[in-house]
Amino acid sequence: MRSTAEAISSRIKLTVRLTDQVADISQLVQEIETAFALPAEIIVRDTHAVLSIPAAAEPEIRSWIEKTRGDIRIVGEGRRMELYKEVGRPESVARQFGLAQMRGTHAIGHTRMATESSVTTDGAHPFSTGLDQCLVHNGSLSNHNDVRRKLRHEGLRFETDNDSEVAAGYLTWRMSEGASLKQALEASLKDLDGFYTFVVGTENGFAVLRDPIACKPAVMAETRDYVAFGSEYRALAGLPDIESAHVFEPEPATVYAWERH
Amino acid sequence: MASVDLAQTPVRQLNATLHALPADTNETLWNVRNPGGKHAIGVGLDVPVTVEIHGHVGYYCAGMNQKAHVVVRGNAGVGVAENMMSGSVRVEGNASQAAGATGRGGLLVIEGNASARCGISMKGIDIVVKGSIGPMSAFMAQAGNLVVLGDAGDSLGDSIYEARLFIRGAVKSLGADCIKKPLEPADRVILKDVLARAGLSDAARPEEFCLFSSARKLYHFHVDNVGEY
Repeated sequence: MRSTAEAISSRIKLTVRLTDQVADISQLVQEIETAFALPAEIIVRDTHAVLSIPAAAEPEIRSWIEKTRGDIRIVGEGRRMELYKEVGRPESVARQFGLAQMRGTHAIGHTRMATESSVTTDGAHPFSTGLDQCLVHNGSLSNHNDVRRKLRHEGLRFETDNDSEVAAGYLTWRMSEGASLKQALEASLKDLDGFYTFVVGTENGFAVLRDPIACKPAVMAETRDYVAFGSEYRALAGLPDIESAHVFEPEPATVYAWERH
Repeated sequence: MASVDLAQTPVRQLNATLHALPADTNETLWNVRNPGGKHAIGVGLDVPVTVEIHGHVGYYCAGMNQKAHVVVRGNAGVGVAENMMSGSVRVEGNASQAAGATGRGGLLVIEGNASARCGISMKGIDIVVKGSIGPMSAFMAQAGNLVVLGDAGDSLGDSIYEARLFIRGAVKSLGADCIKKPLEPADRVILKDVLARAGLSDAARPEEFCLFSSARKLYHFHVDNVGEY
Protein backbone atom coordinates (compact mmCIF):
# COMPACT_ATOMS: atom_id res chain seq x y z
CA MET A 1 0.00 0.00 0.00
CA ARG A 2 2.81 2.37 0.89
CA SER A 3 4.46 2.16 -2.51
CA THR A 4 1.10 2.70 -4.24
CA ALA A 5 0.39 5.72 -2.07
CA GLU A 6 3.81 7.14 -2.81
CA ALA A 7 3.39 6.47 -6.50
CA ILE A 8 0.11 8.39 -6.46
CA SER A 9 1.44 11.27 -4.41
CA SER A 10 4.54 11.67 -6.62
CA ARG A 11 2.39 12.24 -9.70
CA ILE A 12 -0.16 14.90 -10.40
CA LYS A 13 -3.09 15.12 -12.76
CA LEU A 14 -3.71 18.27 -14.78
CA THR A 15 -7.15 18.42 -16.32
CA VAL A 16 -6.89 20.49 -19.49
CA ARG A 17 -9.56 21.69 -21.86
CA LEU A 18 -9.17 22.30 -25.58
CA THR A 19 -10.53 25.72 -26.42
CA ASP A 20 -10.03 25.12 -30.16
CA GLN A 21 -11.94 22.07 -31.39
CA VAL A 22 -9.52 21.42 -34.26
CA ALA A 23 -6.42 21.29 -32.07
CA ASP A 24 -4.82 17.89 -31.68
CA ILE A 25 -4.34 16.94 -28.06
CA SER A 26 -2.66 13.61 -28.75
CA GLN A 27 0.56 15.44 -29.63
CA LEU A 28 0.72 16.97 -26.17
CA VAL A 29 2.27 13.98 -24.44
CA GLN A 30 5.12 13.68 -26.95
CA GLU A 31 5.69 17.43 -26.79
CA ILE A 32 5.96 17.32 -23.00
CA GLU A 33 8.14 14.20 -22.96
CA THR A 34 10.48 15.82 -25.51
CA ALA A 35 10.59 19.21 -23.80
CA PHE A 36 11.06 17.89 -20.26
CA ALA A 37 12.49 14.39 -20.71
CA LEU A 38 9.78 13.09 -18.37
CA PRO A 39 7.22 10.31 -18.60
CA ALA A 40 3.73 11.72 -19.15
CA GLU A 41 0.40 9.99 -19.67
CA ILE A 42 -2.79 11.29 -21.13
CA ILE A 43 -6.43 10.21 -21.11
CA VAL A 44 -8.54 12.10 -23.63
CA ARG A 45 -12.25 12.57 -22.92
CA ASP A 46 -13.91 14.54 -25.68
CA THR A 47 -12.82 18.20 -25.31
CA HIS A 48 -10.88 17.47 -22.12
CA ALA A 49 -7.77 15.50 -21.31
CA VAL A 50 -6.23 14.39 -18.06
CA LEU A 51 -2.48 14.70 -18.12
CA SER A 52 -0.53 12.70 -15.55
CA ILE A 53 2.92 14.14 -14.83
CA PRO A 54 5.52 13.96 -12.04
CA ALA A 55 4.42 16.35 -9.29
CA ALA A 56 7.85 17.97 -9.07
CA ALA A 57 7.65 19.10 -12.69
CA GLU A 58 4.15 20.57 -12.40
CA PRO A 59 5.12 24.28 -12.14
CA GLU A 60 7.38 24.10 -15.20
CA ILE A 61 4.90 22.15 -17.29
CA ARG A 62 2.07 24.43 -16.27
CA SER A 63 3.93 27.56 -17.31
CA TRP A 64 5.08 25.86 -20.53
CA ILE A 65 1.46 25.02 -21.42
CA GLU A 66 0.31 28.53 -20.57
CA LYS A 67 3.06 30.11 -22.68
CA THR A 68 3.10 27.83 -25.71
CA ARG A 69 -0.37 26.30 -25.95
CA GLY A 70 -2.91 29.11 -26.20
CA ASP A 71 -5.45 26.52 -27.35
CA ILE A 72 -5.33 24.61 -24.05
CA ARG A 73 -6.68 25.79 -20.73
CA ILE A 74 -5.78 24.14 -17.42
CA VAL A 75 -9.06 23.73 -15.52
CA GLY A 76 -7.98 21.71 -12.50
CA GLU A 77 -5.13 19.95 -10.83
CA GLY A 78 -4.82 17.35 -8.17
CA ARG A 79 -3.52 13.97 -7.18
CA ARG A 80 -6.98 12.52 -7.63
CA MET A 81 -9.48 15.13 -8.78
CA GLU A 82 -10.45 15.59 -12.41
CA LEU A 83 -12.64 18.42 -13.62
CA TYR A 84 -14.90 18.59 -16.68
CA LYS A 85 -17.07 21.44 -17.93
CA GLU A 86 -18.91 22.06 -21.15
CA VAL A 87 -21.92 23.89 -22.58
CA GLY A 88 -24.92 21.75 -23.46
CA ARG A 89 -27.77 19.78 -22.04
CA PRO A 90 -26.69 17.92 -18.87
CA GLU A 91 -27.41 14.46 -20.30
CA SER A 92 -25.40 15.11 -23.47
CA VAL A 93 -22.47 16.64 -21.55
CA ALA A 94 -22.49 13.62 -19.23
CA ARG A 95 -22.47 11.29 -22.26
CA GLN A 96 -19.68 13.29 -23.96
CA PHE A 97 -17.35 12.76 -21.00
CA GLY A 98 -18.50 9.22 -20.24
CA LEU A 99 -19.43 10.14 -16.65
CA ALA A 100 -21.37 6.89 -16.24
CA GLN A 101 -18.17 4.88 -16.63
CA MET A 102 -16.19 6.90 -14.07
CA ARG A 103 -15.52 5.48 -10.63
CA GLY A 104 -14.45 7.30 -7.48
CA THR A 105 -15.13 8.15 -3.86
CA HIS A 106 -16.96 11.42 -4.43
CA ALA A 107 -18.23 13.66 -7.21
CA ILE A 108 -19.72 17.12 -7.60
CA GLY A 109 -21.94 18.19 -10.47
CA HIS A 110 -23.39 21.57 -11.34
CA THR A 111 -25.75 22.91 -13.99
CA ARG A 112 -25.43 26.63 -14.41
CA MET A 113 -28.16 29.14 -15.11
CA ALA A 114 -26.04 32.21 -15.84
CA THR A 115 -26.95 35.46 -14.13
CA GLU A 116 -23.69 37.33 -13.61
CA SER A 117 -21.69 36.53 -16.75
CA SER A 118 -22.20 34.92 -20.15
CA VAL A 119 -22.98 31.28 -20.95
CA THR A 120 -19.56 29.96 -21.90
CA THR A 121 -17.53 26.90 -21.01
CA ASP A 122 -15.17 29.18 -19.07
CA GLY A 123 -18.10 30.37 -16.96
CA ALA A 124 -19.20 26.80 -16.19
CA HIS A 125 -18.58 25.32 -12.78
CA PRO A 126 -16.71 23.86 -10.96
CA PHE A 127 -13.90 26.35 -10.51
CA SER A 128 -10.63 24.99 -9.25
CA THR A 129 -9.62 26.42 -5.91
CA GLY A 130 -6.26 24.69 -5.65
CA LEU A 131 -4.79 21.22 -5.58
CA ASP A 132 -7.58 18.63 -5.37
CA GLN A 133 -10.11 21.37 -4.66
CA CYS A 134 -13.00 22.78 -6.62
CA LEU A 135 -16.01 24.94 -5.96
CA VAL A 136 -19.57 25.11 -7.26
CA HIS A 137 -21.77 28.05 -6.40
CA ASN A 138 -25.49 28.71 -6.50
CA GLY A 139 -26.26 32.38 -6.08
CA SER A 140 -24.74 35.70 -7.02
CA LEU A 141 -22.09 37.78 -5.32
CA SER A 142 -22.57 41.54 -5.24
CA ASN A 143 -19.00 42.57 -4.33
CA HIS A 144 -17.10 40.28 -6.70
CA ASN A 145 -15.48 43.11 -8.68
CA ASP A 146 -14.05 44.61 -5.51
CA VAL A 147 -12.84 41.25 -4.19
CA ARG A 148 -11.38 40.31 -7.59
CA ARG A 149 -9.39 43.58 -7.65
CA LYS A 150 -8.03 42.94 -4.16
CA LEU A 151 -7.13 39.34 -5.00
CA ARG A 152 -5.33 40.47 -8.18
CA HIS A 153 -3.18 42.68 -5.95
CA GLU A 154 -2.38 39.50 -4.01
CA GLY A 155 -1.15 37.92 -7.23
CA LEU A 156 -4.17 35.76 -8.15
CA ARG A 157 -5.21 35.43 -11.76
CA PHE A 158 -8.77 35.28 -13.06
CA GLU A 159 -9.88 33.91 -16.42
CA THR A 160 -13.43 35.29 -16.50
CA ASP A 161 -15.76 38.04 -15.21
CA ASN A 162 -17.61 35.35 -13.30
CA ASP A 163 -18.51 35.97 -9.65
CA SER A 164 -18.13 32.30 -8.70
CA GLU A 165 -14.55 32.25 -9.93
CA VAL A 166 -13.89 35.07 -7.44
CA ALA A 167 -15.28 32.92 -4.64
CA ALA A 168 -12.98 30.09 -5.70
CA GLY A 169 -10.02 32.46 -5.90
CA TYR A 170 -10.87 33.87 -2.49
CA LEU A 171 -10.78 30.43 -0.87
CA THR A 172 -7.53 29.57 -2.69
CA TRP A 173 -5.97 32.76 -1.39
CA ARG A 174 -7.15 32.22 2.19
CA MET A 175 -5.80 28.68 2.20
CA SER A 176 -2.50 29.79 0.67
CA GLU A 177 -2.24 32.17 3.65
CA GLY A 178 -2.50 29.19 5.96
CA ALA A 179 -6.23 28.87 6.63
CA SER A 180 -7.88 25.46 6.68
CA LEU A 181 -10.81 24.93 4.29
CA LYS A 182 -13.19 25.43 7.22
CA GLN A 183 -11.45 28.64 8.29
CA ALA A 184 -11.40 29.92 4.71
CA LEU A 185 -15.15 29.31 4.36
CA GLU A 186 -15.82 30.98 7.71
CA ALA A 187 -13.81 34.03 6.61
CA SER A 188 -15.83 34.20 3.38
CA LEU A 189 -18.94 34.90 5.46
CA LYS A 190 -17.40 38.26 6.30
CA ASP A 191 -15.71 39.11 2.99
CA LEU A 192 -18.13 37.87 0.33
CA ASP A 193 -21.40 39.75 0.02
CA GLY A 194 -24.40 38.29 -1.75
CA PHE A 195 -26.37 35.10 -2.04
CA TYR A 196 -24.67 31.77 -2.11
CA THR A 197 -24.63 28.14 -1.38
CA PHE A 198 -21.08 26.89 -1.88
CA VAL A 199 -20.02 23.29 -2.23
CA VAL A 200 -16.27 22.71 -2.14
CA GLY A 201 -14.83 19.37 -3.15
CA THR A 202 -11.56 18.30 -1.56
CA GLU A 203 -9.23 15.33 -1.94
CA ASN A 204 -10.99 13.33 0.75
CA GLY A 205 -14.37 14.96 1.17
CA PHE A 206 -16.50 18.01 0.65
CA ALA A 207 -17.77 21.08 2.48
CA VAL A 208 -21.01 23.07 2.28
CA LEU A 209 -21.71 26.68 3.26
CA ARG A 210 -24.89 28.73 2.91
CA ASP A 211 -25.06 32.51 3.25
CA PRO A 212 -26.36 33.98 6.54
CA ILE A 213 -29.98 34.21 5.35
CA ALA A 214 -29.93 30.84 3.53
CA CYS A 215 -31.13 32.53 0.37
CA LYS A 216 -30.39 29.55 -1.87
CA PRO A 217 -31.87 26.13 -1.22
CA ALA A 218 -29.80 23.17 -0.06
CA VAL A 219 -30.61 19.69 1.13
CA MET A 220 -28.44 16.89 2.48
CA ALA A 221 -28.99 13.16 2.75
CA GLU A 222 -26.96 10.93 5.00
CA THR A 223 -26.95 7.14 5.25
CA ARG A 224 -24.49 4.64 6.72
CA ASP A 225 -22.89 4.39 3.28
CA TYR A 226 -22.83 7.91 1.86
CA VAL A 227 -23.55 11.57 2.31
CA ALA A 228 -25.09 13.55 -0.53
CA PHE A 229 -25.85 17.19 -1.22
CA GLY A 230 -28.28 18.75 -3.69
CA SER A 231 -29.99 22.07 -4.33
CA GLU A 232 -33.21 20.17 -3.88
CA TYR A 233 -34.41 16.70 -3.01
CA ARG A 234 -35.24 16.00 -6.67
CA ALA A 235 -31.50 15.69 -7.33
CA LEU A 236 -31.19 13.02 -4.63
CA ALA A 237 -34.36 11.07 -5.40
CA GLY A 238 -32.56 8.45 -7.50
CA LEU A 239 -29.93 7.56 -4.89
CA PRO A 240 -29.87 4.04 -3.45
CA ASP A 241 -31.70 3.65 -0.15
CA ILE A 242 -32.74 7.32 -0.23
CA GLU A 243 -36.11 6.52 1.34
CA SER A 244 -34.41 5.59 4.61
CA ALA A 245 -31.73 8.34 4.50
CA HIS A 246 -31.57 11.13 7.05
CA VAL A 247 -32.63 14.09 4.91
CA PHE A 248 -32.02 17.58 6.32
CA GLU A 249 -31.23 21.16 5.35
CA PRO A 250 -27.92 22.76 6.33
CA GLU A 251 -28.23 25.79 8.63
CA PRO A 252 -27.30 29.24 7.32
CA ALA A 253 -23.77 30.59 7.97
CA THR A 254 -22.60 27.18 9.17
CA VAL A 255 -19.76 25.22 7.60
CA TYR A 256 -20.49 21.53 7.11
CA ALA A 257 -17.57 19.32 6.18
CA TRP A 258 -17.35 15.60 5.53
CA GLU A 259 -14.09 13.72 5.22
CA ARG A 260 -13.09 10.17 4.42
CA HIS A 261 -10.25 8.78 6.47
CA MET B 1 -60.24 5.18 -4.65
CA ALA B 2 -58.12 6.54 -7.48
CA SER B 3 -54.42 5.86 -7.71
CA VAL B 4 -51.78 7.71 -9.73
CA ASP B 5 -48.17 6.58 -10.17
CA LEU B 6 -45.93 9.56 -10.87
CA ALA B 7 -43.22 7.23 -12.14
CA GLN B 8 -45.61 6.66 -15.09
CA THR B 9 -47.89 9.72 -15.17
CA PRO B 10 -46.60 13.29 -15.63
CA VAL B 11 -47.40 15.74 -12.80
CA ARG B 12 -49.26 17.97 -15.28
CA GLN B 13 -51.61 15.12 -16.11
CA LEU B 14 -52.27 14.39 -12.43
CA ASN B 15 -52.97 18.06 -11.73
CA ALA B 16 -55.20 18.44 -14.81
CA THR B 17 -57.18 15.36 -13.73
CA LEU B 18 -57.68 16.77 -10.24
CA HIS B 19 -58.62 20.20 -11.63
CA ALA B 20 -61.26 18.61 -13.85
CA LEU B 21 -63.09 16.99 -10.91
CA PRO B 22 -66.58 18.37 -10.30
CA ALA B 23 -67.32 19.76 -6.83
CA ASP B 24 -69.61 16.80 -6.06
CA THR B 25 -67.22 14.10 -7.28
CA ASN B 26 -67.48 10.66 -5.75
CA GLU B 27 -63.76 10.09 -6.26
CA THR B 28 -62.84 11.70 -2.97
CA LEU B 29 -59.65 9.77 -2.15
CA TRP B 30 -56.59 9.92 -4.38
CA ASN B 31 -53.38 8.03 -3.75
CA VAL B 32 -50.27 9.37 -5.41
CA ARG B 33 -47.17 7.16 -5.51
CA ASN B 34 -43.53 7.71 -6.46
CA PRO B 35 -43.55 11.51 -6.15
CA GLY B 36 -39.71 11.43 -6.24
CA GLY B 37 -39.36 15.05 -5.12
CA LYS B 38 -41.20 16.37 -8.20
CA HIS B 39 -42.42 19.96 -8.13
CA ALA B 40 -45.94 21.43 -8.03
CA ILE B 41 -47.75 18.20 -7.13
CA GLY B 42 -51.40 18.86 -6.31
CA VAL B 43 -51.23 22.60 -6.98
CA GLY B 44 -54.41 24.64 -7.42
CA LEU B 45 -56.90 22.08 -6.14
CA ASP B 46 -60.41 23.46 -5.74
CA VAL B 47 -62.61 20.52 -4.69
CA PRO B 48 -63.08 18.79 -1.31
CA VAL B 49 -61.08 15.64 -2.05
CA THR B 50 -58.26 13.99 -0.10
CA VAL B 51 -54.94 13.51 -1.88
CA GLU B 52 -52.41 11.27 -0.15
CA ILE B 53 -48.89 11.47 -1.54
CA HIS B 54 -46.65 8.56 -0.56
CA GLY B 55 -43.06 9.85 -0.51
CA HIS B 56 -41.10 13.10 -0.67
CA VAL B 57 -42.41 16.03 -2.72
CA GLY B 58 -40.55 18.95 -4.34
CA TYR B 59 -41.39 22.64 -4.52
CA TYR B 60 -44.82 24.24 -4.03
CA CYS B 61 -46.73 21.06 -3.27
CA ALA B 62 -50.44 21.84 -2.68
CA GLY B 63 -49.89 25.51 -3.47
CA MET B 64 -52.98 27.72 -3.72
CA ASN B 65 -55.04 24.91 -2.22
CA GLN B 66 -58.77 25.46 -1.73
CA LYS B 67 -61.05 22.95 0.00
CA ALA B 68 -58.84 19.90 -0.62
CA HIS B 69 -56.99 17.88 2.02
CA VAL B 70 -53.48 16.97 1.01
CA VAL B 71 -51.32 14.57 3.04
CA VAL B 72 -47.61 14.17 2.29
CA ARG B 73 -46.23 10.93 3.71
CA GLY B 74 -42.68 12.21 3.49
CA ASN B 75 -40.77 15.50 3.35
CA ALA B 76 -41.87 18.58 1.44
CA GLY B 77 -39.68 20.96 -0.57
CA VAL B 78 -39.76 24.75 -0.71
CA GLY B 79 -43.11 26.53 -0.38
CA VAL B 80 -45.43 23.68 0.60
CA ALA B 81 -49.05 24.94 0.77
CA GLU B 82 -47.93 28.32 -0.48
CA ASN B 83 -50.84 30.76 -0.68
CA MET B 84 -53.33 28.21 0.65
CA MET B 85 -56.90 29.61 0.76
CA SER B 86 -58.76 26.83 2.60
CA GLY B 87 -58.70 23.09 3.24
CA SER B 88 -55.69 21.44 4.84
CA VAL B 89 -52.20 20.19 4.14
CA ARG B 90 -50.39 17.75 6.42
CA VAL B 91 -46.69 16.92 6.03
CA GLU B 92 -45.67 13.84 8.00
CA GLY B 93 -41.94 14.53 7.58
CA ASN B 94 -40.01 17.81 7.47
CA ALA B 95 -40.81 20.86 5.38
CA SER B 96 -38.27 23.02 3.56
CA GLN B 97 -38.21 26.82 3.45
CA ALA B 98 -41.23 29.09 3.18
CA ALA B 99 -43.80 26.51 4.28
CA GLY B 100 -47.26 28.08 4.19
CA ALA B 101 -45.93 31.31 2.69
CA THR B 102 -48.57 34.01 2.06
CA GLY B 103 -51.34 31.57 3.07
CA ARG B 104 -54.75 33.19 3.47
CA GLY B 105 -56.67 30.35 5.09
CA GLY B 106 -56.80 26.65 5.82
CA LEU B 107 -54.61 24.58 8.08
CA LEU B 108 -51.01 23.47 7.46
CA VAL B 109 -49.64 20.83 9.85
CA ILE B 110 -45.98 19.81 9.74
CA GLU B 111 -45.23 16.84 11.94
CA GLY B 112 -41.44 17.19 11.65
CA ASN B 113 -39.46 20.42 11.47
CA ALA B 114 -39.89 23.38 9.14
CA SER B 115 -36.80 25.24 7.95
CA ALA B 116 -36.27 28.95 7.29
CA ARG B 117 -39.05 31.46 6.61
CA CYS B 118 -41.92 29.25 7.73
CA GLY B 119 -45.11 31.31 7.43
CA ILE B 120 -43.44 34.21 5.65
CA SER B 121 -46.06 36.89 4.88
CA MET B 122 -48.84 34.66 6.24
CA LYS B 123 -52.22 36.31 5.78
CA GLY B 124 -54.71 34.24 7.75
CA ILE B 125 -53.48 30.64 7.48
CA ASP B 126 -53.05 28.49 10.60
CA ILE B 127 -49.71 26.68 10.68
CA VAL B 128 -48.86 24.04 13.29
CA VAL B 129 -45.34 22.63 13.48
CA LYS B 130 -44.80 19.70 15.79
CA GLY B 131 -41.02 20.09 15.67
CA SER B 132 -39.02 23.31 15.35
CA ILE B 133 -38.92 26.13 12.82
CA GLY B 134 -35.89 27.74 11.17
CA PRO B 135 -34.68 31.34 11.08
CA MET B 136 -36.70 34.31 9.80
CA SER B 137 -40.03 32.55 10.26
CA ALA B 138 -43.24 34.61 10.11
CA PHE B 139 -41.35 37.44 8.42
CA MET B 140 -43.85 40.24 7.68
CA ALA B 141 -46.69 38.04 8.95
CA GLN B 142 -50.05 39.77 8.61
CA ALA B 143 -52.73 37.47 10.03
CA GLY B 144 -53.31 33.92 11.24
CA ASN B 145 -51.70 31.66 13.83
CA LEU B 146 -48.30 29.98 13.81
CA VAL B 147 -48.10 27.29 16.50
CA VAL B 148 -44.73 25.64 17.17
CA LEU B 149 -44.34 22.81 19.68
CA GLY B 150 -40.53 22.95 19.44
CA ASP B 151 -38.13 25.89 19.11
CA ALA B 152 -37.91 28.90 16.80
CA GLY B 153 -34.74 30.08 15.01
CA ASP B 154 -33.28 33.57 14.67
CA SER B 155 -35.32 36.69 13.92
CA LEU B 156 -38.74 35.28 14.63
CA GLY B 157 -41.52 37.53 13.35
CA ASP B 158 -39.30 40.20 11.84
CA SER B 159 -41.38 43.22 10.73
CA ILE B 160 -44.56 41.46 11.75
CA TYR B 161 -47.83 43.38 11.16
CA GLU B 162 -50.26 41.13 13.03
CA ALA B 163 -50.67 37.33 13.43
CA ARG B 164 -50.10 35.33 16.60
CA LEU B 165 -46.95 33.26 17.04
CA PHE B 166 -47.35 30.60 19.75
CA ILE B 167 -43.99 29.00 20.60
CA ARG B 168 -43.62 26.24 23.19
CA GLY B 169 -39.83 25.91 23.14
CA ALA B 170 -36.97 28.39 23.01
CA VAL B 171 -36.82 31.36 20.66
CA LYS B 172 -33.30 32.02 19.45
CA SER B 173 -33.98 35.71 18.77
CA LEU B 174 -36.85 38.02 17.88
CA GLY B 175 -36.94 40.11 14.71
CA ALA B 176 -37.67 43.83 14.55
CA ASP B 177 -40.97 44.86 16.17
CA CYS B 178 -41.83 41.33 17.37
CA ILE B 179 -42.34 41.09 21.13
CA LYS B 180 -43.50 38.63 23.75
CA LYS B 181 -47.03 39.30 24.94
CA PRO B 182 -49.07 37.86 27.81
CA LEU B 183 -51.14 34.82 26.86
CA GLU B 184 -54.66 36.11 27.52
CA PRO B 185 -57.68 33.78 27.93
CA ALA B 186 -58.92 34.76 24.44
CA ASP B 187 -55.55 33.72 22.97
CA ARG B 188 -55.74 30.36 24.77
CA VAL B 189 -59.15 29.70 23.23
CA ILE B 190 -57.73 30.36 19.76
CA LEU B 191 -54.65 28.20 20.45
CA LYS B 192 -56.73 25.36 21.88
CA ASP B 193 -58.91 25.36 18.78
CA VAL B 194 -55.92 25.29 16.39
CA LEU B 195 -54.28 22.43 18.35
CA ALA B 196 -57.56 20.50 18.28
CA ARG B 197 -57.96 20.96 14.52
CA ALA B 198 -54.37 19.77 14.05
CA GLY B 199 -55.16 16.66 16.12
CA LEU B 200 -52.59 17.65 18.73
CA SER B 201 -54.76 18.34 21.78
CA ASP B 202 -52.96 15.57 23.66
CA ALA B 203 -49.49 16.60 22.49
CA ALA B 204 -49.45 20.06 24.06
CA ARG B 205 -51.45 22.26 26.45
CA PRO B 206 -52.10 25.94 25.61
CA GLU B 207 -50.53 27.21 28.85
CA GLU B 208 -47.15 25.73 27.84
CA PHE B 209 -46.79 28.29 25.03
CA CYS B 210 -45.51 31.83 24.88
CA LEU B 211 -47.21 34.34 22.60
CA PHE B 212 -45.23 36.61 20.31
CA SER B 213 -46.79 39.32 18.23
CA SER B 214 -46.39 42.81 16.84
CA ALA B 215 -45.29 45.75 18.99
CA ARG B 216 -46.87 47.90 16.24
CA LYS B 217 -43.98 50.35 16.43
CA LEU B 218 -43.20 50.15 12.72
CA TYR B 219 -46.74 50.81 11.51
CA HIS B 220 -45.97 54.49 11.01
CA PHE B 221 -42.60 55.85 10.07
CA HIS B 222 -40.69 57.34 12.96
CA VAL B 223 -37.17 58.52 12.44
CA ASP B 224 -35.99 56.82 15.66
CA ASN B 225 -36.83 53.44 14.06
CA VAL B 226 -35.03 54.08 10.81
CA GLY B 227 -32.50 51.37 11.61
CA GLU B 228 -35.25 48.76 11.94
CA TYR B 229 -36.56 49.04 8.38
